[in-house]
Amino acid sequence: MLMLIISLFCGLIFGLGLLISGMANPQKVLGFLDITGLWDPSLILVMAGAILAALLPFQWAKNQSRSLLGQTMQLPDKTQIDRPLILGSLLFGIGWGLAGICPGPVIVLLGLKQINAIYFVLAMLAGMWIFQILQKRK
Amino acid sequence: MQINWNEFSPIASFAGGLLIGLSAALLLLLNGRVAGISGIIRQAIFASNKEMTWRLSFILGMLISPSIYFVLFPYASIQIHDNVTLLMIAGVLVGYGTSIGAGCTSGHGICGLSRLSLRSLTAVVLFMSAAMLTTFLVKHF
Repeated sequence: MLMLIISLFCGLIFGLGLLISGMANPQKVLGFLDITGLWDPSLILVMAGAILAALLPFQWAKNQSRSLLGQTMQLPDKTQIDRPLILGSLLFGIGWGLAGICPGPVIVLLGLKQINAIYFVLAMLAGMWIFQILQKRK
Repeated sequence: MQINWNEFSPIASFAGGLLIGLSAALLLLLNGRVAGISGIIRQAIFASNKEMTWRLSFILGMLISPSIYFVLFPYASIQIHDNVTLLMIAGVLVGYGTSIGAGCTSGHGICGLSRLSLRSLTAVVLFMSAAMLTTFLVKHF
């Protein structure tokens, strides 16, 4: 139960961070991605702030097997730079560049009752579903 | 390159970034879980196991965040593309791409870089470059 409350709180803080920083605003994101136009570098500071806050906790957590509340520490263990990583990141980047929307912000946009966010979410879930189907076939 | 000083928002963006990082740090330190949003969404819906509930809870928190934001900033405005076809193509690419690439801006960008993972750095460089090139092409063609 405590884990669920913490998750809820973390989701709330994460969403507020996206809204305050401008990441949840697709126009702002596209203004950042448009480096050859009138460029808005703000989102570099989002990354800087986020990494500044997360760097030491993540470095500490690397060497722990349990969280402070005794949960298993589930950090990714993959280090290989393989084809799926490269292809997936490129496809994700193309999608991100088309609409200026990535998975976190679109949830916040849904919460903002932006009707058009529903189309993006449904299509995103379809993309994830295709992956799940192909995974099962392997 | 020209900087858009009118839109540049260093303080708000940095402060928002700190909150995002704080959220990722708390989720890891307390719950031992990584705040990668694409993975959270996919596994909340398609991987039915006991790890579903915390993911749904996290998503619920994100969904209610705007109602708190608008209490603090009542005049904020956010606009989204109105081209439905473009939104859907982008959505499929984001959904499928983050699934096979195992992460997005949060998972690779924030958590991965904070772990100093070379794999995540590669992902970030690739998706940033692809996104910037796509934005350029959409604007000029």
